[in-house]
Parts: sequence; C-alpha cells; structure tokens
Amino acid sequence: MKKHLNTLFVTTQGAWLAKEGETVAVKVGGKVRLQLPIHTLDGIVCFGQVSCSPFLMGFCAERDVCISFLTENGRFLARVQGPVSGNVLLRREQYRWADDPERSAAIARAVIIGKLVNSRKVLHRVVRDHPDKVDTVSVKQAMDRLKAILMHVRVGTSLDRLRGYEGEGAMIYFRVFDHLILNRKKEFFFEGRSRRPPLDRVNCLLSFFYTLLMHDVRSALECTGLDPAVGFLHRDRPGRPGLALDLMEEFRPYFADRLALSLVNLGQVKSKGFRKAETGAVLMDDDTRKAVLVAYQKRKQDVVTHPFLQKKMPIGLLFHTQALLLARHVRGDLDGYPVFCWQ
Amino acid sequence: MFAEDDLLPLSALQHLLFCERQCALIHVEQLWVENLFTAQGRLMHERVDSGGHERRGNVRTVCAMPLRSMRLGLVGKADVVEFHQQKSGEWLPFPVEHKRGRPKKENWDRVQLCAQAICLEEALGVKVKEGALFYGKNRRRQSVEFDSCLRAETEETSARLHELIASARTPPPLYDKKCDSCSLKELCLPKTLEKPHRVERYLKRMMAD
Repeated sequence: MKKHLNTLFVTTQGAWLAKEGETVAVKVGGKVRLQLPIHTLDGIVCFGQVSCSPFLMGFCAERDVCISFLTENGRFLARVQGPVSGNVLLRREQYRWADDPERSAAIARAVIIGKLVNSRKVLHRVVRDHPDKVDTVSVKQAMDRLKAILMHVRVGTSLDRLRGYEGEGAMIYFRVFDHLILNRKKEFFFEGRSRRPPLDRVNCLLSFFYTLLMHDVRSALECTGLDPAVGFLHRDRPGRPGLALDLMEEFRPYFADRLALSLVNLGQVKSKGFRKAETGAVLMDDDTRKAVLVAYQKRKQDVVTHPFLQKKMPIGLLFHTQALLLARHVRGDLDGYPVFCWQ
Repeated sequence: MFAEDDLLPLSALQHLLFCERQCALIHVEQLWVENLFTAQGRLMHERVDSGGHERRGNVRTVCAMPLRSMRLGLVGKADVVEFHQQKSGEWLPFPVEHKRGRPKKENWDRVQLCAQAICLEEALGVKVKEGALFYGKNRRRQSVEFDSCLRAETEETSARLHELIASARTPPPLYDKKCDSCSLKELCLPKTLEKPHRVERYLKRMMAD
C-alpha cells in the first residue's frame, strides 16, 4: 500500500545533498548534518541555494522520490522526476474527457461541491467554537449564500456557469475570512486575496501553503498516472497545472486555510517573523518559514476518516487517495468523482 | 505466431490466473505496489538472478536464463534451468522456478513453469518433459510433469492474456478473500468499487447538511 512518508524540506542556504548508500545526506560546509534512509521519504523540497548531486537525483528518480527546487520564498522553480509513471491509455482517456464539455462539467461540479462544502464547514466551525469572538451574523449570512450556490451547482449546469459559481463562492468566503482571525487583528488581517505578491501576512501564509499543497497534489497525480497539466474545471494554459489546481480546490479551505488560521490564532507565528519589501510584498523570515513547514508536515500526520471510503488515514495520504479515486473514475470503475468533504 | 513487439511477460500468466483485474492493473494500467510478499519474492529472485553458470557431475545449472516463445507470445526469464545429461550424452533442459511461499492448490505456478518449458522447447528444439518448483517456505522441490492437460491450460491461459491486454480494459473488481494478500488492494479498492452508483449518492449526502 502507498504509505504516507515524509517530505524533506531543506532550507539551510548552501546545503549540499548527496547519495550515501541507501540514504540522503545533507551536508553543510562539508559536514553531514542529517542523514535519512531513502525509503522513509516521498519528496525533497529545496529552498533557495540548495544543491543536489546528480547521483542523488538519479537515485531519487529510481525510488519515486520527487525533488523540487523553490526560491527562498517558496516560488516553484524546477523539479527532478523519474520516468513518467502510469499508463498512456489512462492519459488518453483523461484528454478525451477534458475535451468533452459534459464530462468535464461533471468532474468540475464535484470539485466545486467539495470546495463549497468545505468552505462552509470552515465558517461553520469558527461560528460554533467561538460565537463570542466572531461576527456571527456576517459569517452566517455568508454560509447561507454558499448554501444557495451549492443548490445551483447541485442541479448540474454548464462548465461556464459552474466556473461562475466557483468564483462567486470564493468571493463570498474570502469576504468574511477576516472574521475568522480571532486575535492580534492589528498585525494579522485579511482584506481580500492578494497573490502576486501577497500584500499582508495572512495572504503570505496562504500563498505559501498553496504552493506546498500544489507540490503534494501534483506528485499524487503523477504517481497515479494522470497528467497534472490537463484539468476539467481549470482551462488549459501553457505552464499551468490544470488538474493539480482542480484537485487542490477541495483541500484549500480544509487544509491550507485552516492551518494558516490556527497558526495565527494560536500565536504560533509572530508578526515580526514577516517583513514588507519596498514593493509592498510581504515575505517570511527563515525561522517563520521553518516553523510553518514543520506545522504543515505535522498536520499531514493527523488522522481523519475518509468520508467515501470510510477508512482512517493520515491527511498526507488524502492527496494520493483523491488522485486514485479520480483515476478510477476516468478508467470507468466509479460512477463519479467522490470529492473529499470535511465532515 | 506473434511479433516481437507483442510479446508479453511470462510472469503475467500468474497474475492472470490469480485475478484478471490484478493482471490488467499491472499490465494495462502499469500499476505496481510492493508489499512484504512481493519484496520477499524480489529479494529471493535477486539472489537467484546473481547466479550464473555451474556444473556438478551430470547437471549443468544456468541462472536467470532469458526465454521467449513466439507461438505463445511470451518473453521472460527462468530463475534456473538445469541441464541433465542423459545416458546418450545429450543434455536435457529442466526448468526450476523459485517461489517465496508454499505449494498452492491451484495450477498457477505449474502453468508458469510449463510456459517456460514451451519456451525452452522452441529455442532448443527438444522435448521438455519435466521441471520443478522450489518453495521457499518449506524449502522443498516439487516436480512437475508437462502433460497434455497442463500444456492445454498453459496455451489457453496465454491466449486469454493476449485478449485481455489487447482489450486494454480493466475488468471490474469482485471482492474475495485472496484480495487481502494482494499488494494492489489499496489501488484496486475491491470492496468500494464493487457496488455501482455510489458517488452520486455520496455527493448528495455531503451536500445535505
């Protein structure tokens, strides 16, 4: 069975990664600082000035361990990956489905249902757990509006309409997102989503988590043999991983947004851990980034019950499970895509 | 007669006999997951594969011998082929397949061995009457006679294998006890996928609240 394994994040600038026997050795200034057996890893993510020996790259390719290179701020640069796994027939079927508006709409519909259900649930939990701290009226209003959109999506409609509902849902959700920040509101606030670049600390956290999520979802799709570039909800655009974006939707509110909120609300990130560049872009410092990465990895180890399979699994395995279920649907084994809904 | 491009792995016969869906998952969908059983099997074969040649008296042993049959459309390797010298001085091949587990009720291992024998016959132009299966669990050899009945089953199995791969379809799952030992169970999801039209109901339930 597919195991939930660790991702090795290397943030130490100037680090050199090499193969030593069956292990990955992280060297800094010629000294081995960390050594991990390859079979405990499913990915290596290098931030900034981190290099890898070609032998390690080959070794990782052989063992299905994906290596990604990101800038210090987490922008994706490149990836080293072994031979494409999986099956040409599955991919061809995926492309045929992506060309078929009806089939695409059916999958897009499931994805949007997941996103809306999970967004609503995030709002619901905060209202339930902190009625005294939240503007419950606004949040409940937003929940009702999301429910109304869900009803439209439910009856099934064209791709373009669905995309419209998705956008509307995101707008309603993010409009009340600031209410979910419960303390230190002078330092942590949310005035709408900004991405290029993130203009406040909360957006900075969200963007970083979305990047990590993308890395995980994309490799889950690749492992299953699906092409992460060809999506159903997201239109093809060169360089855009459409299917990875599709599959990410259900995890944004449930996984990334909640994690960002809990780091802020529990005081696990400090406002001085962020700095503002001259351009207005907000960036994390090294210590904050490390703390955030640790939190991300830890969260992936939490165990949840999969609502469709009725099986317990670590959150980190959900990405693979969802990719697998999608592949099963495209192969004709399942009558639809059972999007992950938080219960 | 098959073309070189259409040859299928000898080992797929065993997958087919174990479960048609498993066979399609591995050979059509190219899925593979290692579990304890497959890892043990692999390690055992690595040892056999590292062999080479050896001669002891009137038995010559060749390890990891490449095999193929254009008639059955199969290609692969025999763990061990022994050549037994006859009184006439002739060397007769005698395939020995190593298996991790214990002898099985079903004919799975015998069919695979028989296919190897047919490959040897095609390559060497001799009749291969007998071979053996070596089981790691009890460390015993079990001899196998390639009679007409086993040969017919082997031919029929390879024909079915070619049909399945050509169809490029993965048969639907049927849950069975043997699924619990299958390394692909988590990818196959036999219990979940057995029942149709589950997703539509599931999505409705998720939206209900």
